[in-house]
Amino acid sequence: MHIKPILAALRRHKAGTVLIALQIALTLAIVCNALFIIHQRLAHLSEPTGVDEANLFVIENQWAGQTSNPQIDAQIRADLVALRQLPGVRDASPSNAYPLEGSGWDDFITLTPDQTEKTTDAAVYLGDEHLIDTLGLQLVAGRNFRADEVNSVGLHQYSVSPVVIVTRALAERLYPDGSALGKPLYAMTSTPSTIIGVVDRLQRQGIDAWSDSYAYQSMLWPQRLDMPRGIIYIVRAKPGQLAAAMREAPAALYTQNRMRIIDPKNGVLSFAQVRERAYDSDRGMAILMGIISVVLLAITAAGIVGLTSFWVGQRRRQIGIRRALGATRNDILNYFLTENLLIGAMGVLIGAVLALVINLWMIAHVEMSRLPLAYVLAGVVMLLLLGQGAVLAPALRASHVSPVEATRSV
Amino acid sequence: MFTYYLELALRSLKRSPGLTALMVLTIAFGVAASMTTYSVFRAVSGDPIPWKSSKLFVPQIDMWGPNGRGSDGEPPDAMDYNDAVTLMRDHRARLQSAMYQISPSIVPADASKHPINVSGHAVYSEFFPMLDVPFLYGSGWSTDDDTQRAAVVVISSKLNQKLFGGSNSVGKTVNVEGKDYRVVGVLNDWNPQPRFFDVVNSGGFSTGVEDVFLPFQRAISVGIPNDGNTNCNAVPTESGFVGLQHSACVWIAYMAELDDAAAVIAYKQYLDGYAHDAQQSGRFGWAPNNRLRDLPAWLDNQHVVPSDTKVSLLVALGLLLACLVNTAGLLLAKFLRRSSEIGVRRALGAPRMAIYAQFLVEAGMIGLAGGVLGLLLTGVGVASVGWVLPKDIAALARVDISLLLITLLVAVIATTLAGLYPTFRASRVQPAWQLKSN
Repeated sequence: MHIKPILAALRRHKAGTVLIALQIALTLAIVCNALFIIHQRLAHLSEPTGVDEANLFVIENQWAGQTSNPQIDAQIRADLVALRQLPGVRDASPSNAYPLEGSGWDDFITLTPDQTEKTTDAAVYLGDEHLIDTLGLQLVAGRNFRADEVNSVGLHQYSVSPVVIVTRALAERLYPDGSALGKPLYAMTSTPSTIIGVVDRLQRQGIDAWSDSYAYQSMLWPQRLDMPRGIIYIVRAKPGQLAAAMREAPAALYTQNRMRIIDPKNGVLSFAQVRERAYDSDRGMAILMGIISVVLLAITAAGIVGLTSFWVGQRRRQIGIRRALGATRNDILNYFLTENLLIGAMGVLIGAVLALVINLWMIAHVEMSRLPLAYVLAGVVMLLLLGQGAVLAPALRASHVSPVEATRSV
Repeated sequence: MFTYYLELALRSLKRSPGLTALMVLTIAFGVAASMTTYSVFRAVSGDPIPWKSSKLFVPQIDMWGPNGRGSDGEPPDAMDYNDAVTLMRDHRARLQSAMYQISPSIVPADASKHPINVSGHAVYSEFFPMLDVPFLYGSGWSTDDDTQRAAVVVISSKLNQKLFGGSNSVGKTVNVEGKDYRVVGVLNDWNPQPRFFDVVNSGGFSTGVEDVFLPFQRAISVGIPNDGNTNCNAVPTESGFVGLQHSACVWIAYMAELDDAAAVIAYKQYLDGYAHDAQQSGRFGWAPNNRLRDLPAWLDNQHVVPSDTKVSLLVALGLLLACLVNTAGLLLAKFLRRSSEIGVRRALGAPRMAIYAQFLVEAGMIGLAGGVLGLLLTGVGVASVGWVLPKDIAALARVDISLLLITLLVAVIATTLAGLYPTFRASRVQPAWQLKSN
């Protein structure tokens, strides 16, 4: 294929050429970044929590009128007995929080009592000896809490438990040689807690970007939280009985004692609902970016079809002359495909630079990481193919121009 | 002449319905995407109290020192109890209030009804006049009520509806956390977004309503705990809510009204003097590192506008730009295809300006059509934006007259701009050339 005559022809259509190239450049720049955002969000929302999500639900139970700690503690014990007796319930535990809750509680962790700089950071989950089974966690080393190790703590009461169960991620961060079991950790106090067990995986409560470097670093304390504000019950239903258990549980609690508040709308949430809420904005951003990318690609393709069709219409005579002089249909087809490829190449070149510039701006102004070059390359290939696909129809029409056109005056 | 151009434009658009439809659709999509995201951005970046925001200030005191600062050297974004109460006692601003988020239970008098949980804030009496809080019945409480820790409460109209059927309940009693409070005021609808007086705890936007306001010292003395964030740099030495009050943990929001530049300077000096005294007395081991931001600067500092909103708007504007480039290309093709027509008009004596006018009218018409279709799509977009953005933010997006006008204006102006170059090219058509080739 001779490129020179194509370039000569393009020079006579500077404006159209520049506009198509510019549009391809803009499309590439935006679509690359949008796809990267989509990928990041999807990766984020498919992170596992480590709990038995299919069978879990949580009850946000608030007290009404009970203010003394012993009174609340007695009520919690009675509630738990009632919950665990329900036919659809496998196990239940009191807690302060659950994964994907959003905001949470975390502590600085040190390895010695007099350390001023933290070693790392860990999310705190409170519960009794049923917590591990309720969440469906895998105990990979050591043992569970014993019932006699579980104590009750009031609001802002900082009693350190002598025993703690940690996630594998936290154990490895604190003791990289794998010797965490039986070793101490210090959670913002000078009193040690001994690591008695290690669970496989338990996600933190918050999923904000700032806590990424502490992902999956959680620890479990054997404590019941007797706050006047209320408590969270985590309940694990028997397989297939989630819906029934979610109906039975609040009724059973109200039967136990009416002086409590379980919000009719948000008080009882299945874990699927929890997950949906937590990743609301991530899923939304991915959808929005997807819609914009599709619209943009469609518009660019339509634009290429439109402008090329015009060019074909304008050059019918020239095409006829070339055909009359012996050019085959394929020659004409190739001419327009090559012309589009040249314009596309110009566009993607500018677009690749623009994509990186936009990415740099986003790194500087909003939370964003560096755009991998693979995305730009994939975008380049995609847009060149899109261009070739879009130009195909008008180019085919051009190749069907009969040589007889050469003799017509219009 | 204008109506003649309109007629010409209509005729030309009818001649190539496919191309026209493509241009109108392109403009409509570009405008609708930008306007939908803009409506969300406008909602979240708006000033919640525009007549007063430049007079409202949030003081920050660096009571944790270098180890407790963020990587940007900022002091904590809330106050501990000790500092908040001292600042209230010193009373250096015209109006000011310390406040903390509460979530008490309300027990209905009717024993057959379940107790309900409400959210609200414990505030000082000056909170209400400072923020121009509108009242339906009654008013806020007095400074005497502050000092006497009076059992008084201000409730929202929504709670008033629920408890008293919407009647004037001033003087009636509400049971909050097991104790009786006298209603002194019922708010008119008041749901500022962002929840600017306590953005640290509300995260900016909230679908809920503030249902109760209690006197700060009353809530402290009866031990209604804070429901918002508590941040500590060390574990408090004492337990319980009282232990929290004695600790250096931060959990209290603070706002002060400073009416002029002199008052701002004086207040800043007061804060620095306060920190300086604390340094002298040995409580702080570091030089004063305070902040005093006005409300807009504070909202910016707290990143109240979510970055997702900014990115969405940016990407949508990029889409609009790409749509305009596309339209410019299509218009160019369309106009130049009519070179012979232009040639005839020019040969018959039409000046270049007439060609300009004719084609800009045509571009403007496409813009108008795109704008009208874009309006419909924007309506659909705003209605379904809750599907892709967090509910509390999406709920704020509205279609109103100004958005409608902006949409149409953006569509027409943008399309006319896109039509400028094609029109310029059309006006340069050499009449002789065109006539010859015919």
